[in-house]
Amino acid sequence: MAEIMYWEAIRRAHDEEMARDPLVICMGEDIGVAGGTYKATQGLFDKYGPERVIDTPISENGYTGVGIGASFVGVRPIIEIMSVNFAWLAMDQIFNSAAKVRYMSGGQLEAPVVIRSPGGTAHQLGAQHSARMEKVFMGVAGIRVVTPSNPRQAYGLIKSAVRCNDPVFINEHELMYNMKGEVPDEEYFHPLEGSEIARSGKDVTLFGYNVSVHWCLQAADVLSKQHGIEAEVVDLFTLSPLDRAGIAASVAKTHRAVIAEEAEAPVGVGAEVMAVINEECFFDLDAAPVRVSAVNVPIPYNHKLEKATIPSANDVVAAVLKMFGKA
Amino acid sequence: MKLEDKKRVLREMLYSRRFEERCYEAYVERKIGGFLHLYPGQEACCHGVMEAARPGYDYVITGYRDHVHAIKCGADPKEVMAELYGKETGSSKGRGGSMHIFDVKHRFMGGYALVGGPFPLAVGMAKGIKLKSTDEISICFLGDAANNQGTFHESLNIAAVWQLPVLFVCENNLYGIGTRIDRSTAVIDQHKRVCGYGFPSVQVDGQDIEAVYAAAKVAVDHVRSGKGPYFLELMTYRYRGHSMSDSNKYRSKDEEAEWVKRDPIYILRDRLIKEKALSMDEYKKMDQAIIDEIENEVIKFCEESPEPKVEELTKYTLAENDPWVKGGAR
Repeated sequence: MAEIMYWEAIRRAHDEEMARDPLVICMGEDIGVAGGTYKATQGLFDKYGPERVIDTPISENGYTGVGIGASFVGVRPIIEIMSVNFAWLAMDQIFNSAAKVRYMSGGQLEAPVVIRSPGGTAHQLGAQHSARMEKVFMGVAGIRVVTPSNPRQAYGLIKSAVRCNDPVFINEHELMYNMKGEVPDEEYFHPLEGSEIARSGKDVTLFGYNVSVHWCLQAADVLSKQHGIEAEVVDLFTLSPLDRAGIAASVAKTHRAVIAEEAEAPVGVGAEVMAVINEECFFDLDAAPVRVSAVNVPIPYNHKLEKATIPSANDVVAAVLKMFGKA
Repeated sequence: MKLEDKKRVLREMLYSRRFEERCYEAYVERKIGGFLHLYPGQEACCHGVMEAARPGYDYVITGYRDHVHAIKCGADPKEVMAELYGKETGSSKGRGGSMHIFDVKHRFMGGYALVGGPFPLAVGMAKGIKLKSTDEISICFLGDAANNQGTFHESLNIAAVWQLPVLFVCENNLYGIGTRIDRSTAVIDQHKRVCGYGFPSVQVDGQDIEAVYAAAKVAVDHVRSGKGPYFLELMTYRYRGHSMSDSNKYRSKDEEAEWVKRDPIYILRDRLIKEKALSMDEYKKMDQAIIDEIENEVIKFCEESPEPKVEELTKYTLAENDPWVKGGAR
């Protein structure tokens, strides 16, 4: 099993699927000749040509709709939206067309598109390049939402998403493209539903997804070494539909839950996981669930202010210690 | 157009008119809910263009005024009306309604209810056609008001840059809901707006089906032969309000009367009578036969059809049993 970077894993998934099926295409801003802002499509333009590796104009709603329309006639587009902040412009086509077409056509038409976009807060990109939008996507019926926390998931989720007949939104992260991790040498298809136990523990469950899985793992390490608390870390790689059974199983085991999210709290992943816990396993709880979320502000430019906005592993540790009455 | 085609199309246009009028009645009777956008006055647009294209083979997409386009592509009128009735036998199994008629087996790729929403979808279908090197074309029927959406410009630009086989048909009925075009739009002649994208665009009388057909023939040939996109503006008028909730008070009775004088059905009818290919008596008999057919076949079918089962409420939200959801078909 080779260790490769997150961007290399994404690129490999594109390459394999495009080599297999001539109707798999990719499209987005600067993904062709330039090879992609985060290198996710590097080299594919030379290999597959301009008809299949398409540099689009800067028209997010337009080209996203074009990809969706192409999927109506058998094409399997992988659409890259350079930043999730620009996906706001494409919401009309993603939600009104892709997510609803199967239902409103009574099952006659489907939109098997993959839409990938980095949706985290990077370093000092300012308010209009730093939004997290997974909460918006996961609230709409008819579209799957996944978010890889490592190169293996990044590779395997694209592979499955390209072949799945539903529209799939893949929420990536600007700061994770250079992360290294093991990816199977043979072809690997990651499930589009479920969750993974990233670390086993008995005292508290830390729920994370995408970048916050790593905060949870770091926090679990500190909690174990310094405080004798064994945390379980559950990686919610699927945000829609959420893995209700997986969430409930872990809480039934640990009786405590902390949810770490990079986004601000209102109407977010943490709120939704809490609701699932209430509905599925309320009486297993020994303490009220807690969320660790961003401060509810447009993301500031100043480094110190930005850092104060976004949570970290330390915040997860603090939340757990408070829950255990140790802070 | 050949004489036999003209006679057939006259019947089809009249069928469209009577079908829509029967929708109106069913709406008033509360058999149909939601919104209802009717087509009377604009029949020559859809029929004229599709006579020049290949219905059931070319991909067609449109907005919410979609019943006639679906039927012209080959949809069963019974299924279209049953969709309005919200029945399980409806073309979208009662899940779509009047604004979301689909008949994918006849390549009617849907009615969409966001103004301007179908533009990029039509361009995308054209991209798919080009990628597969087949000879269908993608046809996008929308109204003039849709051209004030960003998708109009984004889509025309992409279609031009990528040289895609898409025909944009603008049915310019002069009103965006209740706002007259000169109050909402800097340029009344919509074909002029296309000049900025460097592909052909023409304006034609949308009330005369033979004029529409002749212009559409040129347009369809251009697109099908791989020369890239084409824009056809058809000047027309809708007799009813924008939808059933529309009081129609924003325009004068005189204006409506002027347009009725140029009714697309009467223009063709009178021409056929003048050519002695049809008598008024034959026309009246045909009209009555259509009314009876709609009543005895279409409405009867809708009344007798079952509603969808509540147990199947969530069906069609996502693909059923897709193996890749579990990580592979193994």
